Amino acid sequence: MVAQESHQHAAPQGFIRKWVFSLDHKVIGLQYYFLALTAVFVGMFLSLLMRIHLIWPTAILPLLGAIKPETYLSLVTMHGTIMVFFVLTTAPQGGFGNYFLPIQIGAPDMAFPVLNMLSFWTTFTAYIVMLAAFFVVGGAPLHGWTGYAPMSALQSSGPGEGLGADLWIISIAVFCIASLMGALNFITTTLDMRARGMSMMRMPLTCWSWFITAILGLLAFGVLLSAGILLLMDRNIGTSFFLPLGTINGQLTGHKGGSPLLWQHLFWFFGHPEVYIAILPGMGVASQILSTFSRKPIFGYKAMVYAMLSIGLLGFMVWGHHMFMSGMSPYTAFAFSIMTMAIGVPSAIKTFNWLGTLHKGRIRFHSPMLFAIGFVSLFVSGGLSGPFLAQPALDIPLHDTAFVPGHFHLIMGVAAIFGIFAATYYWFPKMFGRMMNEKMARIHFFLTLIGTYCVFMPMHYLGLAGQPRRYSQLTELAYLHPLIGLNTFMTYAAIVTVAAQLIFLFNLFWSMFKGQKASDNPWEATTLEWTTATPPPHDNFGGRTPVVHNGPYEYSVPGAPRDYVMQSDPATVQAH
Amino acid sequence: MASFTPTIRTPHPTTSRGKRADLPPVVGGGDGGRPDPGSPDYGARLRRARLGLAVALTPITMLFVAFTSAYIVRQGLPTFDPHTNTVVHDWIPVPLPTRLFLVNTCVLLLSSVSIEYARRQLARQVALEPVQSIPGVSLGTERNFPWLALTLVLGLCFLLGQWLAWSDLASRGFYVATGPSSSFVYLLTGAHAVHLFGGILALLVAGAAVVLNRPLAARRIVVDVTAWYWHFMALLWIYILALLEFAH
Amino acid sequence: MGLVILCVIWLITLASTYFFVAKTWWFPHGASAATAALDHQFAVTFILMGVIFLAAQLALGYFVWRYRDQPSATRADYSHGNLKLEIIWTTLTAILFVGLNLLGSPIWAAERFRPAVEGATRVEVTGMQFAWYFRYPGPDGKFGIARPELEDPSAGGEAALGLDPADPASKDDVVTGTMVVPVDREVEVILRAHDVIHSFFVPAMRFKQDAVPGLAIHMHFTPTEKGNFEITCAELCGLGHYKMHGMLKVVSQDEFDKWLADREAEKQ
Repeated sequence: MVAQESHQHAAPQGFIRKWVFSLDHKVIGLQYYFLALTAVFVGMFLSLLMRIHLIWPTAILPLLGAIKPETYLSLVTMHGTIMVFFVLTTAPQGGFGNYFLPIQIGAPDMAFPVLNMLSFWTTFTAYIVMLAAFFVVGGAPLHGWTGYAPMSALQSSGPGEGLGADLWIISIAVFCIASLMGALNFITTTLDMRARGMSMMRMPLTCWSWFITAILGLLAFGVLLSAGILLLMDRNIGTSFFLPLGTINGQLTGHKGGSPLLWQHLFWFFGHPEVYIAILPGMGVASQILSTFSRKPIFGYKAMVYAMLSIGLLGFMVWGHHMFMSGMSPYTAFAFSIMTMAIGVPSAIKTFNWLGTLHKGRIRFHSPMLFAIGFVSLFVSGGLSGPFLAQPALDIPLHDTAFVPGHFHLIMGVAAIFGIFAATYYWFPKMFGRMMNEKMARIHFFLTLIGTYCVFMPMHYLGLAGQPRRYSQLTELAYLHPLIGLNTFMTYAAIVTVAAQLIFLFNLFWSMFKGQKASDNPWEATTLEWTTATPPPHDNFGGRTPVVHNGPYEYSVPGAPRDYVMQSDPATVQAH
Repeated sequence: MASFTPTIRTPHPTTSRGKRADLPPVVGGGDGGRPDPGSPDYGARLRRARLGLAVALTPITMLFVAFTSAYIVRQGLPTFDPHTNTVVHDWIPVPLPTRLFLVNTCVLLLSSVSIEYARRQLARQVALEPVQSIPGVSLGTERNFPWLALTLVLGLCFLLGQWLAWSDLASRGFYVATGPSSSFVYLLTGAHAVHLFGGILALLVAGAAVVLNRPLAARRIVVDVTAWYWHFMALLWIYILALLEFAH
Repeated sequence: MGLVILCVIWLITLASTYFFVAKTWWFPHGASAATAALDHQFAVTFILMGVIFLAAQLALGYFVWRYRDQPSATRADYSHGNLKLEIIWTTLTAILFVGLNLLGSPIWAAERFRPAVEGATRVEVTGMQFAWYFRYPGPDGKFGIARPELEDPSAGGEAALGLDPADPASKDDVVTGTMVVPVDREVEVILRAHDVIHSFFVPAMRFKQDAVPGLAIHMHFTPTEKGNFEITCAELCGLGHYKMHGMLKVVSQDEFDKWLADREAEKQ
């Protein structure tokens, strides 16, 4: 029998080593996932409060009382920050990536298990520090998840801009370090620990997406960390990296010579790759699921890989499109806009290829597939508002209006989330040995798809009509009054959509204990995780090491006994 | 046109990293995590550790790239002065304690030399370990010069020297917030010092590995990675010094 | 299930498209020289993106229904892709996207690549938490010195801007809370901010620009219709962001001259 590559640690005993400070990537993946799960409910709750306040500004809520304008802005800030960092950067990569990258490439664990454990607990620490901002004097910061200076750099720019803002920055800095530790593991594992026969071009597209996402994180989070350090210095020790000569409330700030635009450049150099970090794993999962449930190879595997690589590379060259109105040179803006249109091309290729995968398939409508199909629809909707914003002339009327949150919520707030849902329904049987309930899944799917479209598509209309972003009330400007009706509709839709997530939550936990028992390969899929036991043993493959003979998506191969050929099946599919 | 041939392939011994079969088959390995240096598993672990370090140095580089771009931008930044209704440049480079910095540079370079000796010494020991277990063979009493300890001392001297440099600046009235130039001097040298301190912690881990009598191969990996990190820190320091001295 | 998904996706697509096409909620009426070209470029983008939106979503819905698994379905097509097709649609997409951008670039150039013309109406626009102030240079054509240390927001007007009374050039500067400009003449705005970033947004003029502390940003636009147009703050600036607004009044040249003269007279 082939020798097992030396696995650094034996199966742990005891609750603490097994479930708290586990070195097992599967446990760590679940820890990340459940952290993200709590974060998403916190984030959704904050957004519900926001939408309620917009429509009923004077409402007195049970336990919380009235929402004051400063509270509203702290909700905006924390909603964005928690969702972007602790949900979208955590669940797809830290959660599913950690759990399934090693298994899908045939490795017994990640390259550095101790580092992996530390990266989760560092993320957890960052999360606690972030939540703490709500409870300190002054409360959470008001400056939005983008934290533009001088507002974020001046303690006196508003309530919450004192200790709350410091905690916000510290949490993000700690999160940067946690992410970098994770990225290190992902990259080293992918490069160094693939099983025999698992060449890079035979990796499932999920593995490619996690690998490229990790590279993006590796390059981007260091820059965010630098920005955070400079901001902390400006706020607390009197430097002026971002602060020019100015006054606040008639008082001189005591700073001079700094540049608010420098913050924006540093932040968006990170911020733009960050949104690709949020979406790439969802693209990988969508490809995986569309192929599996169409019983067809993914259309254009190589093109999909190159498209993701292009998105990653170009993603570092477009950050200025967040800054067209900032006072940046208009010539620079023009250059950024060309690059931004260019990055639409690989995204379009991926969409064509997803449609090509469905074309002439034999589509099975299990729950993972529903969400993968939803992902494609939402990605199209959210993506197509991009070319409007990418043109600086058109950005003039649209920047900082509701059009922008319409765009990024459809892509990040829904499509990426559908990627997480799809992954959950897909891999739940492998992780927990049981199936999730399909009836509940269907209700969850339709309510969420329709509900989120009802919340976020109207934002585009509001943006066209000129509704600015981050307004805590719509009562002051005359031309906003006619928009309150549409805003009310969106609030009701949001309430229904959030409620629908409770179905998912119930399904998740109920199925863990009461779900129908799952076989090792309930979806008849081809990738390596479906060759091993359900749930996988501690070293993933029970003492044997897989050898890979085939590509990842060999479905409906002519002449094969079944409509799928597993990657490790020695009966090889000849290249064609 | 694809075809499906039910060929049965003989399973080959597994190696890592995809198709390449550059390592000999493992014979009776897997004894629960204590590889001997002669086994390919040790080589794989060394390679993996070095790969991990190369990856880890990337975000550190990006951090200093970001600081550098902020530095360059700030130097040239025009700011609107309402007192004169004109645009002015207010960058005044701070006079640096160059002599102190140069002394520190020498100390750091010496420490790089000493850790390189430590790295090679350990590599040699690992290579020769199988030989030394042959009865009757002796390589002479090779006194093991404490290169690691010397590096630690030199590293601490460097940090002390940086502290003296900051004190010198402060005594001349240049604190962190005094002006943009001084802010960057403290920022760049301080960030470097923090990362070098990380290297010192790694040296202590390597020292602990000796004291706790960890297997030679494991010690070699720790020292190897630390040494490369240390060299990177030396190069980074030279870059920072050059930036501060010449790019103003 | 395939049919249900098709219906849901098609319905969502058609409903969304309807509201866009019907312009139920749309740009406010544009009253500036830039409006025509900008609205036209928007329309071109809109039609192209709309066609792609419809095609992609309708195709998605259709495929999901048409290729559903059923006993009578043929085996799925074993295809790893089609290189020729990939090259074709990649090239077409690239041409479309980049071409669209280049098509619209003259508008950006006209707005931003050139400075204001000689003889434009000059107004310094200053944003501060949470109000807009407008300063006219007066007959001497020069803006006087403003010192941050003299600012007193509670006093309003000249004091809020910190105008230095010792500077002769500031004696004739008119500071107002309403922006009045003459029609059909280019307006040069010099955007400034005291404390945090604000953004001067006039939807009817298709004009927006961030006001950044430490910078004096020169921009221009040309109002082509008389009327009152809302000015809003479009960059998060603190608690009062939602109520930081002002009014742009576009009047005839004569009315403007009279208004300015009246303000000058008040200062005496």
